[in-house]
Amino acid sequence: MSDTSLPPTERARGAKPSLSKSSLSRRRFLNLAGIGAGAAVAGGGAALAAPAAGTPDPNIVPVPDWTKTLGAPVNENPYGKPSVFEKDVVRREVTWLTASSQSSVSFTPLYALDSVITPNGLCFVRHHGGQAEIEPDKYRLMIHGLVDKPLVFTLEDLKRMPGRVNRAYFLECAANSGMEWRGAQLNGCQFTHGMIHNLFYTGVPLKTLLDMAGVNPKGKWVLAEGADAAVMTRSIPLEKAMNDCLVAFGMNGEALRPEQGYPVRLVVPGWEGNMWVKWLRRLKVGDQPWQQREETSKYTDLLADGRSRRFTFVMDAKSVVTSPSPQAPLKHKGPNVLSGIAWSGRGTISRVDVSLDGGRNWTTARIDGPAMPMSMTRFYLDFDWAGQELMVQSRAMDDTGYVQPTKQELRAIRGTNSIYHNNGIQTWLVRSNGETENVEVG
Amino acid sequence: MWKSAEKILAAAVLAGALAATGIAVADPQPAAKAAATKGEKDKARQAVNVLTPAGASAPAGKTPIALGRPALPEEIAAWNIDVRADGEGLPPGKGSVKEGEELFLQNCATCHGEFGEGAGRWPVLAGGRGTLKSERPEKTIGSFWPYASTVYDYVHRAMPFGSNMTLSADQTYAIVAYLLNLNDLVPENYVLSKENFSKVDLPNEANFFDDDRETSEKAFWKTNPCMKECSGEVHVTARAQILNVTPDGDPPKGDLE
Repeated sequence: MSDTSLPPTERARGAKPSLSKSSLSRRRFLNLAGIGAGAAVAGGGAALAAPAAGTPDPNIVPVPDWTKTLGAPVNENPYGKPSVFEKDVVRREVTWLTASSQSSVSFTPLYALDSVITPNGLCFVRHHGGQAEIEPDKYRLMIHGLVDKPLVFTLEDLKRMPGRVNRAYFLECAANSGMEWRGAQLNGCQFTHGMIHNLFYTGVPLKTLLDMAGVNPKGKWVLAEGADAAVMTRSIPLEKAMNDCLVAFGMNGEALRPEQGYPVRLVVPGWEGNMWVKWLRRLKVGDQPWQQREETSKYTDLLADGRSRRFTFVMDAKSVVTSPSPQAPLKHKGPNVLSGIAWSGRGTISRVDVSLDGGRNWTTARIDGPAMPMSMTRFYLDFDWAGQELMVQSRAMDDTGYVQPTKQELRAIRGTNSIYHNNGIQTWLVRSNGETENVEVG
Repeated sequence: MWKSAEKILAAAVLAGALAATGIAVADPQPAAKAAATKGEKDKARQAVNVLTPAGASAPAGKTPIALGRPALPEEIAAWNIDVRADGEGLPPGKGSVKEGEELFLQNCATCHGEFGEGAGRWPVLAGGRGTLKSERPEKTIGSFWPYASTVYDYVHRAMPFGSNMTLSADQTYAIVAYLLNLNDLVPENYVLSKENFSKVDLPNEANFFDDDRETSEKAFWKTNPCMKECSGEVHVTARAQILNVTPDGDPPKGDLE
């Protein structure tokens, strides 16, 4: 890993990676001994399940079963599954949130994930009428309205379409963190921030299909409609539709999962998840928005003065520390890796700062892995923990100069009843025993 | 979409490719057979090579994408169910408050209550006027929704929950009339129709405005956010564990080893 940061010639010579990322990160290793009153100097790190000094480790000295006997054959699971020891890493539901589990949401277990791609089976799910099961041979996509030639496509047509692309984007529900507007409610980043996933989509640009139909110059908006029992609809400005929207049939290299819109969904980069219509069946071009239920009654943002914002499409820059977090408490003193995600619907994450004292002082975190536009970005802060109480926060910046605001800054402008678009800075209180809680600070 | 010559060439190429793999294919159309000379096949392959995703806007001389087919009027009619705020898309028909009340009691009241007051956690459809600035706003059709067209469209496409797309146009007009009456927007003897629909205005329409974050939240764009000693002493002001509403089955709490 450190070697890859060197020019190939130096790598070949076996040059010492003196300026490698790993040594830089060691240099940036945050010593917290000075933070917080009465903080003890960190020790060498408490060893986990280590035998007493001088006693041989029973995990080493006897030959374990998995070394002595044959394991499962190669096709034990024709579609692979996670280790049985990871069985808690699953989507979860908060049943009191909604009246029906068919019009509801499950949450991505962000606390247990790393890097930037969400595994397909763990992507949060939001349905409004349950999961449609569509036979691929019976799938049809229609384009009509203000077009020269109304068209019908089959799934095969879409898969044969020239110009197929692969793009990584986050999909964040507009209501992600919506339960937190009034204060700290749910104890875990899975619940406070887990209405998000980040995938590589395979599909064709929506522009390709609209161009084939020939959009009338009067066309200004596109209505996207799903084939599920909610017959979900949203109005999308034509400019966005022609810019970067995709008609996608693949996620992370395989077919869309049924719960993600199999066989075809709309991808609307950077914009609120509701617009990413699943089981996409119809695209209609018109000269004005349709004022559908999901853009009037829902996905409009009520402000304190009684007025409401509508068409708040973009998801602003946001971040959260996924570890430590309430579901991922600190277990050891000494070296620890703080890990988190940042994203922005306005562009690329350019920087993430982390505070361990509730926002008084900040350190710029290390971004690792790809930082792509409108895609999840992973950040780390390697730190040495002496066991003192921490108030952990992260603050994302994107390449438009937008800086993630505090919840207080958002509430000062919007009040507490806008439900959607809560991108305020999250605080985790880490207690001296490592237990971590969702809190607000002031 | 298809230009007939291209269709023939594509068919010929396909037939040739399948024949080459030894797969038996049905006899292509005589015209296609005639066109399937070596030179034509080469030309067809070149045609495949110049396909571009630019589609209809491809420069003259480029082959348009021969995928998809024209949508038939009957097909468009079958799916073209949306109703716009200006009434575009409303089907012919009408329904009275009285008819709507009966339909509502049969199809809707189990979840939404006899008077749209909502049962359990199911949505409240009526009331709530004047609550939008309050601590706990009640956002109903009467108090919050900007357009009656949305009620028609949504009831027709997505209600009753679990048996949507079962209401006729007249039934939908009637239920919308009843919902408007429950919200004190039309009298008890009202008959709603395609013709008078545009006369119905909802009270909260003027209170919606387009996303203005780039101006109203301009302060969030900063060049140098504070890094050191940005505030006084920080205290915890709210805790999730006091509420204790997080689902069971969470991993155990932290435990230092």
